[in-house]
Amino acid sequence: MSEYKKLSASEISAKVKSRELKAVDIAREAIELAKTDGKKLNAFITICEEKALAQAEAIDKKLENGDAQGDLLGVPVALKDNIIYQDYETTCGSHILDKFKPPYDSTCAKNLINAGAVIIGKTNLDEFAMGSSNENSYYGPVKNPINHKLVPGGSSGGSTAVVAEKIVPIAFGSETGGSVRQPASFCGVLGLKPTYGAISRYGLVAFGSSLDQISPLARNSEDIALAYKVASGRDQMDSTSVAFEHPDYLKELNSSRKFKIGIPKEYFVDGLSDEIEKSVRDVIIFLEKNGHSFTQISLPMTDKAIAVYYIISSAEASANLARFDGVKYGLREGKDKDLLGMYGDTRSAGFGDEVKRRIMLGTYVLSSGYYDAYYIKASKVRELMVRDFEKVFESVDLIISPTTPTTAFKIGEKIDDPLAMYLSDIFTAPANLSGIPAVSLPLGKSSDNLPIGVQFMAPHFSELSLFQISKQLESHNN
Amino acid sequence: MSEISGFEPVIGLEVHAQLLTNSKIFCGCKVSYGQQPNSLTCPVCLGLPGALPVLNKRAVEFAMRMILATGGTVKNRSVFARKNYFYPDLPKGYQISQYDKPIGQGGKIKFKLENGQEKSCGLTRIHLEEDAGKSLHPEHGEPYTRVDLNRCGTPLIEIVSEPDIRSAEEAYGYLSKLKQILQYLEVCSGDMEKGHLRCDANVSVRPVGQKKFGTRTELKNMNSFKGVEKAINYEIKRQTKLIKSGGTVTQSTLLWDEKKQVAEEMRSKEESKDYRYFPEPDLVNLIVNDAWKEDVSKNLPELPDEKSTRLISDYHIRQYDALVLTDSRALADYYEKVMVDFGDGQAAANWIQTEFLGLLKESKVEIQESKVTPEMISALLAKVKSGELSGKMAKEVFGEMFASGKQAEDIIKDKGLVQLSDESALGTIIDNIISVNPDNLAKYRDGKTNLLGFFVGQVMKETKGQANPQVVNKLLKEKLEG
Ligand SMILES: [Zn+2]
Repeated sequence: MSEYKKLSASEISAKVKSRELKAVDIAREAIELAKTDGKKLNAFITICEEKALAQAEAIDKKLENGDAQGDLLGVPVALKDNIIYQDYETTCGSHILDKFKPPYDSTCAKNLINAGAVIIGKTNLDEFAMGSSNENSYYGPVKNPINHKLVPGGSSGGSTAVVAEKIVPIAFGSETGGSVRQPASFCGVLGLKPTYGAISRYGLVAFGSSLDQISPLARNSEDIALAYKVASGRDQMDSTSVAFEHPDYLKELNSSRKFKIGIPKEYFVDGLSDEIEKSVRDVIIFLEKNGHSFTQISLPMTDKAIAVYYIISSAEASANLARFDGVKYGLREGKDKDLLGMYGDTRSAGFGDEVKRRIMLGTYVLSSGYYDAYYIKASKVRELMVRDFEKVFESVDLIISPTTPTTAFKIGEKIDDPLAMYLSDIFTAPANLSGIPAVSLPLGKSSDNLPIGVQFMAPHFSELSLFQISKQLESHNN
Repeated sequence: MSEISGFEPVIGLEVHAQLLTNSKIFCGCKVSYGQQPNSLTCPVCLGLPGALPVLNKRAVEFAMRMILATGGTVKNRSVFARKNYFYPDLPKGYQISQYDKPIGQGGKIKFKLENGQEKSCGLTRIHLEEDAGKSLHPEHGEPYTRVDLNRCGTPLIEIVSEPDIRSAEEAYGYLSKLKQILQYLEVCSGDMEKGHLRCDANVSVRPVGQKKFGTRTELKNMNSFKGVEKAINYEIKRQTKLIKSGGTVTQSTLLWDEKKQVAEEMRSKEESKDYRYFPEPDLVNLIVNDAWKEDVSKNLPELPDEKSTRLISDYHIRQYDALVLTDSRALADYYEKVMVDFGDGQAAANWIQTEFLGLLKESKVEIQESKVTPEMISALLAKVKSGELSGKMAKEVFGEMFASGKQAEDIIKDKGLVQLSDESALGTIIDNIISVNPDNLAKYRDGKTNLLGFFVGQVMKETKGQANPQVVNKLLKEKLEG
């Protein structure tokens, strides 16, 4: 294995800064891996070679002149292909965005570049981030690096696979209901869903706007904290982004702080694999031995989460995806037809089945006569879930749970059973619905050698607690 | 007997007013008209994927002005909503508007009819929203429609009236007053022909005395106040005739055809659109605190009604004149500037209305563009008042002033226009005239006193019109009566 693959983001950044390594050499190596290992996994849709090399060269040049700053100097990163990076196509894994090159940058990409990161590619995903297996991509499924017959999870399957395969130390996905934590647990890496409003959504192609959040993936606590720090912050371009103070993550990371942790009884139910349950219970025992305290808690609205999530995210998606109509950019079919014919042909040909399913569901729940029964009711339940969490966090610092009910499943196994697929999000969606941060951490492997994830949830803007518990577990694993 | 006798129309109006902000409601693009198509656009107003709206505070403030000026309530918390429909000039596939939680609630518009009758119409709500782009449909056999998105994201307020209007004439009066208030507040140009103000009308009729409303239709596509009046009259007659002949009105949307002068059905209720409104997740709730409200309220300009009342009491002018002078804020301000150095309010009011407005209209010049400053008018009027100029001479001077922008003083010098008021000089001239007209003098003294006019004419002829008529009249009377 090459030296590069063993390095964390913070190590690369330090070595580039000290000029022990050249950013351009690192970038070349990462791009080479993307073209080889990445291709085997079908993880990339676009490789941003030209800009990446130019950026890396610029960093080296700046270092020669002694004026390069940033937390991720020369660190290769990948972006899920629903996060806009100027000059390169943004496909969202959909046929309907064919050849769409946005004339602007996402705030996330800008923040990364300002920190010295080198964006090497745009990763494969479930179309418009709708899916839990990365099988819903116009560009084909992504494979799980552990076992190519398995799904990597989704929708951020590409970004997760390239971190697990060590093509990049950090990648960014997006979450609406678990799209980073679920694949992180399937591939054995760390996935953080930040507090809603922490990372600007400007330039993230919307799925469910009130839930969407750009979310980093990494292989260790330090890197995930760095990724979060660099990407987040109040942005004038996103009205829902929030101003907040960053602690000194790297300094605070090694704190031996003891947490009060809640165990929600609703998260240990039928359908949860015995092995996963046992792993989580083992972690609890270990942490208890190390001085953390645990209490049973209740989050009574948990069993409504999937229904509420699908109603709200689909309602918002049905409006968010209305702009893809063949008029301004992307695919246009039915060119000889009238307006309605062109709309119909374009959207029929441009969207995949899952996307169509969600648009129809969303349109239905917003329709006159159904709006109150579905959308309004779901919004009310969502409010109750927010209050459930608020109440629980009055007495605990963190909540522990499994990330997913099962380990990675086979490609094709659930593709014809959308409901079974939707249940993959059962433990993750509540954090999106209530806006709180949550992380999935790798816990080791099942008997069939598949990664298992444990989830921690925290109050709004308590990401530091998540990084600290992650670091403590990591020290134990090592 | 009138065609609509026995029936009472019930009308409510929905007015869209484009706000005069510098930039659009959700992005930094300039609001401007007549520019290169699609040149005033950015990822946000083009609705490109990933772009997000950020609310323009100024647009909120303009909406607040209108709400407060019409006596409505600015809500502390209002919510934006997505109104979903597909159209090529609506790039996101939804319009950001407000639905069940608008920024403004209540209020009323008081207006006067031609005959002086006072009316009042309640306002249901005022809300903020973004304008769509424009579709330019094929003209020269092109097989496609062009889309211009410059207008996309222009801030609008929608002002929804209660169904308090009872005739097309009242609708006209309501709209005129609405436009006047918007202009006074400097939030909208009020130009309906250019589409800066747009009006849809909900019309129904019911038998006189009936409480329940009849079935209404919605009229769209009128592009002048007169057009609104005509379309409403057309629809009132159509509905009444239909009911009188035993038919029933069906709920529908009609498009007014200005050329054909008819309203034609666009869609019926069965086809009515379901806009699937829901809260806009990309924007946070719009919170307006009391301090902001107070600030806007404090800075509201004097409105037409208050201004008119004040002009009557400050300058002792007739009510009608006050109404004319307060038609626009610019005109009222102009009048008041004239009055800074001039004491006769009625004389100034008369002069501005008959002379100044006449010339402005004739030459199609806006008051702000005129070369005549208020100070120039007060100087001119002072000369009339002192007798230095006759009214006739003043008109001549003013014509020149209006054309050239020269001061009255200079024009008088150039033209040698000085009014003869000196009694001894005029007396000599009058003596001469009387002496060469002994016959007429005799007749006058016999009782034909209307010959006074003949003598005045002779004096004016002799003095080339520069004699002061009052002095001439006085002296002539003395001398003729001996
Ligand atoms: Zn714009």
